[in-house]
Amino acid sequence: MSHDDHHAVVIPAPGPEFVPHTVAHHFSTPVQEFQAGKLGFWLFLATEILLFGGLFAAYFYFHELFPETFRVGGEQLDWRLGALNTSVLLLSSWTMAMGVRSAQTSQKSKTMIYLFLTVLGAAGFMVIKFIEYKAKNEHGLICFGHLFDGYDMASGQVSWFKDYDGVMAGVPHGHMFFSIYLTMTAIHGLHVIIGAIAIIYVMRGTAMGRYHAGYYLPVDLVGLYWHLVDLIWIFLFPLLYLVP
Amino acid sequence: MTTNTPAVDVQTPPTAPPRENYLNCSKGFKSWALTLDHKRIGLMYLIGVSIAFLSGGMFALLVRLHLWEPEGMLFTNIEYNQIFTLHGAFMVFLFVIPAIPGSLGNIVMPLMVGAKDVALPKLNLLSFYLWLIGAVLAVLAIVLGGFDTGWTFYAPYSLYTDRAVVTIGMAIFILGFSSIFTGLNFIVTVHKLRAPGITWFRMPLFVWAIYATAILQVLATPVLGITVLLVAFERLYNIGIFDPRLGGDPVLFEHFFWFYSHPAVYIMVLPAFGIISELVSVHSRKPLFGYKLIAFSSIAIAIISFLVWGHHMFTSGQSTYALFAFSFLTFFVAIPTAIKEFSWVATVWKGSVALNSPMLYTLAFLIIFAIGGLTGVILGALNVDLHLHDTYFVVAHFHYVMMGSIALAFFAGLHHWWPKMFGVMYNEFQAKIACALIFVGFNATFLPQFVMGSRGMPRRYATYVPEYAPYHQASTIGAMILGTGVAMMVIYLIASLLIRKKAKENQWGGVTLDWIAPTPPPHLNFDHEPKVVHEVYDYSTLDYDSMQRDCN
Repeated sequence: MSHDDHHAVVIPAPGPEFVPHTVAHHFSTPVQEFQAGKLGFWLFLATEILLFGGLFAAYFYFHELFPETFRVGGEQLDWRLGALNTSVLLLSSWTMAMGVRSAQTSQKSKTMIYLFLTVLGAAGFMVIKFIEYKAKNEHGLICFGHLFDGYDMASGQVSWFKDYDGVMAGVPHGHMFFSIYLTMTAIHGLHVIIGAIAIIYVMRGTAMGRYHAGYYLPVDLVGLYWHLVDLIWIFLFPLLYLVP
Repeated sequence: MTTNTPAVDVQTPPTAPPRENYLNCSKGFKSWALTLDHKRIGLMYLIGVSIAFLSGGMFALLVRLHLWEPEGMLFTNIEYNQIFTLHGAFMVFLFVIPAIPGSLGNIVMPLMVGAKDVALPKLNLLSFYLWLIGAVLAVLAIVLGGFDTGWTFYAPYSLYTDRAVVTIGMAIFILGFSSIFTGLNFIVTVHKLRAPGITWFRMPLFVWAIYATAILQVLATPVLGITVLLVAFERLYNIGIFDPRLGGDPVLFEHFFWFYSHPAVYIMVLPAFGIISELVSVHSRKPLFGYKLIAFSSIAIAIISFLVWGHHMFTSGQSTYALFAFSFLTFFVAIPTAIKEFSWVATVWKGSVALNSPMLYTLAFLIIFAIGGLTGVILGALNVDLHLHDTYFVVAHFHYVMMGSIALAFFAGLHHWWPKMFGVMYNEFQAKIACALIFVGFNATFLPQFVMGSRGMPRRYATYVPEYAPYHQASTIGAMILGTGVAMMVIYLIASLLIRKKAKENQWGGVTLDWIAPTPPPHLNFDHEPKVVHEVYDYSTLDYDSMQRDCN
């Protein structure tokens, strides 16, 4: 809007390959803008943790209620693939941190490379996750084709839980472990995808020269988000793959 | 010329062009739909929540009409379930939760801290559109078959009913994020955008209240989000967490739901407390009694309210120790609330009380909230609650808080800041009549419900035994009076925008920054960045001239 312009504070660009940053009209100083963005984003991360908190509460509750189901169910997961995925995410957190650092020091091409590697990590994580889901599908532990078929009155089981090998036959409510596993990892996977899209968005800004030592807030925030996605997995991995 | 010139009003030259304000600084649909101005977003919220309130009110009147006769007058039982669910869901999720922070909070809070806007204006606009999407989805859910679960969506019924539970669940999920983003925005605004001189203890108490509310919005709402999401998953692919057929536990749903929804009660009521704190001070022209106590009691309420959710579930089979703890904490949360009530009364005492319409609404609030609050303590007592659980006593209690206190505080704030927002005054005489109608109608509606509830009339029933008929009929008559009062209020407020009787620059004589800003405020709120050198509510700084001068 036209009247927003007259109080504009501008941060100059450190070089010709960068563009200057105009501080939003309602902030008096760049520091105020930076701190407001940071505080707002930390609060948002808190809401994300609480959102997952509900799922973790459900996990602990049913783990307590059906320990055998969770033990046998956990044994059906491949801890090697889980560990591999953990390493992939940890590495991508490191590349993300390096990307933020490069943006802070106005190293444009380095930032691009690190951000690209992080997106690669996200893609790798999703591929490995897909392989795991596929195995669950083959064993009838989570039949994705029958996911929305509802509850089968005759067998007293949900339609997506067939358990072809009968591994869960001896434990009560065998599907419970897998429904929690699916829900938690799927919502986490959704966060990985959203994170990757956000990283691609800041890559675009980086390519346009928007982020430099004077202004790197978006890269910083996306970095924080990515570390949160990583952190949640750090909890999911032992709880689902190792604790049982 | 040295001859005497006729005296002219030097303050308002008749030819002065109207000065630029946020309402006339730009025109066209886009200038509103894409605005980042907190005041315009607040006005859009005001229109939205008002429509939600009036629709919710219509549903309430239908419920009351139906209950005129013991066997029910208008609906089948299934239809009745849908109508009272619609009333509850619309009022709670589309009106009471967003109403005060979204509209008055948005418009007034940045003015009070001397900021040009909220900290994250784009997020603010997004909050509004999320609210709008949520509202559209809620209406869509009605079209898709309605929902008959009550606003609490208790499992397992919400898992098995064939109504549009997933659609309304998504509506609530999205409305939740609207609420989260508003709260987040306000926290950052209060922390980072206070003008020079506005220290924490120079913030008006409305800002403290909005701040405490924002903490709850950010920390409690995500749990509701995941809860409705899990109900949706349960319906879509039988996740099994809440479904007892699959080993799930419906009581877990209740824990999840009330972990949000009890703090949500304070998300609703804290902004109302904030409005009342402002109004008792301005209209008694007296600094608030116990400023710091009121400020800290808001924070105390915000914290303790996370620990009392179990009092909604005294009959659900919790362990005795949990019952004791929840009951004790429920009594405990009454303490900061009582501190506020006593502080307000002490503020009015020996004040220079102006009995104009915002103050009348405020006094009505003080009376109604005392009843609403104290009956809450009664329900917090374990043995009494076993008798009163799920009766009309509970209905009357929470309507005394939600409708009688929160909606009345909202009306009070609306009347208080109306001249500030629009630069026009409504008809004070009509406003006082409407306030009287609302006060009488409200009490006539809900006092009988306390009596019939204590005598065993269960809530949510479409029919009842004839012995309860006198109470129900009194309640229905009260609801009609209440509806008349609200309708009258809507009419004279809209009429004031058409008649355009100019408000004063400082209509009530407030000394906080919202009254220092020009009326109506310009796009960036202040002509110069304000600098505050005196304490809050220091009426010795009041510029009496601004109370006489017509606004621009």
